[in-house]
Amino acid sequence: MIKKHMAAACLLSAIVFASAASVAQQADFPRKPNGVPDISGIWQSLNNANWNLEGQAAAQGPVEVLGAIGAVPPGKGIVVGDSIPYKPEALAQREMNFANRRTEDPEAKCFRPGIPRANYMAHPFQIFQTDSDILVTYQFAGAVRTIYMDNHMNGPIDSWMGWSNGHWEGDTLVVEVGALNPNWLDRAGNYYSRSAKVTERYTPISPYHLQYEATIEDPEVYEEPWSISMPLYRRVEEGARLYDFKCVEFAEEIMYQHLSRENYFRERGIELNGDSNE
Amino acid sequence: MLASAGILLSVSALSQSESGDMPRTSWGDPVLQGYWTSSTFIPLQRPVELGNKEFFTPEEVAENTRRRMNTEYAETEAGTPEDVHYQFDDYAMNRTEESVTFSERTSIIFDPPNGRYPELTEAAKANMAEYNAWRRDHQWDSAKTRSLSERCLIWDQQGPPILPLGYNSNYQFMQTEDYVILVHEMMNEPRIIPLDGGDPAENALPQWLGNSRGHWEGDTLVVETTGFTGRTNTPNLRGAPMSTNAHVLERFTRVNETTIDYTFTVTDPTVWTAPWSGNFPFRTIDGPQFEYACHEGNYGIVNILSGVRREELDNYEATGSIDGEGE
Repeated sequence: MIKKHMAAACLLSAIVFASAASVAQQADFPRKPNGVPDISGIWQSLNNANWNLEGQAAAQGPVEVLGAIGAVPPGKGIVVGDSIPYKPEALAQREMNFANRRTEDPEAKCFRPGIPRANYMAHPFQIFQTDSDILVTYQFAGAVRTIYMDNHMNGPIDSWMGWSNGHWEGDTLVVEVGALNPNWLDRAGNYYSRSAKVTERYTPISPYHLQYEATIEDPEVYEEPWSISMPLYRRVEEGARLYDFKCVEFAEEIMYQHLSRENYFRERGIELNGDSNE
Repeated sequence: MLASAGILLSVSALSQSESGDMPRTSWGDPVLQGYWTSSTFIPLQRPVELGNKEFFTPEEVAENTRRRMNTEYAETEAGTPEDVHYQFDDYAMNRTEESVTFSERTSIIFDPPNGRYPELTEAAKANMAEYNAWRRDHQWDSAKTRSLSERCLIWDQQGPPILPLGYNSNYQFMQTEDYVILVHEMMNEPRIIPLDGGDPAENALPQWLGNSRGHWEGDTLVVETTGFTGRTNTPNLRGAPMSTNAHVLERFTRVNETTIDYTFTVTDPTVWTAPWSGNFPFRTIDGPQFEYACHEGNYGIVNILSGVRREELDNYEATGSIDGEGE
């Protein structure tokens, strides 16, 4: 089932229906009393999508002094159809992003990653399916998003994690995300603009796996909508939980270092004597 | 001048509702899910002159309210320092137009009986003196020497224990059979409370908000939290952060349609010579809650540091030293 998803670029909707049909046989996926799948739990992706959605062979990373620790792992990527259909001028922007990725990747600055990037970072996230809305909390930067299951409205204001309206189609949770701030999609500089709209589909395919698909449309950036597809894996170890990854303090050095007294004066060729008082 | 807008203060009765009136989830727990404000006029510590007086009379409450609103709406003289203030009749600055929780308490802290923080331990006093001395010399060094809230790392009143904030003093509470999750508007990050009643130390790592575990006692949610990092600040008490030995006990009880009664006790023998407890209500507000992306929008810290550096540079160029006092 998973191999089919990776190979069949043009049969996305047929594949979704096929996987939805197979879930009818998965009697042991937890369900709510009203019959919808209960996707509560801790989930995480296992791929190199956050390095490069389009996939690539292993390569030197943007920070050479980290050696093999900072190198880019290989992977086929999760884009259905293998490449993102950028408009020519948008592709040029992507290339510029890539060249500046060490300092310009919002992830490095501990910015909220937006959707869908939050779902394929190297951190778990937790879904809480309440009586009404669904809350998703991400270990990365403690980002949160509410999936509104009724009272749908267009996002009243733009935000990093967007505005999510969800509904069930059979066993698939369909989430329409809009009102997103411009953001990057991975560490290779792939990106979307504030016009982006993302449609996600979460479908149980085993008691421990969800198939996750997202279609991204952004007429300012892409010639046409395109999709990603990947499994999400349930974290099954006893005591699995999210921890703080409050990365702001890890990002301060690169964001504000030019304003430390030491650096500010050094950049102006001034040597200060000792510490100073205000 | 008083605003003519309606006053939405709620002097809550805080009486336990009949169990038949309690809104319940599909699995039977009291509904805490929703949008709540912790914004209140009740001060954290009781003014010293009130001594051990724990509650105001309703008449005193009304008089205090009148006096406060008069102050906020007083005409100020242009060109005076008093005239520099927020425009309190603008939307969202007008605290009489928002839901504010109210009770007759003279302070949130009710134990110790004088409604004030207990005495610090000798070690905590020494640490505080050391911190304040360090701060005098180093607070403008860099982003890393600024306060935790200015850096958008954590706000002192996020909780536990939950305390009122000047703005964004709001929460989105979500709940399932196994978890209660509190999302504070100011930091827009989750506080995840498993409801298995287990030991907070289990699977714990030092966390900025500690490690919480909760359980229901009847219709009251009881939450215990331990395992703080030692860097989370104590509100209004710079230099005496919650230690790694801190323990916070919280009780949340929905007492009527619009009110959660909230009580907490902080026990931290490293910092305090006695535990301290507080109580105040949360009130429902209209949702939804928006994303307050503190760090992503943090122009404040850049502007503050830029200003300080510029002042230092001007001083240096004029006098040869950054504090303007010459070599």
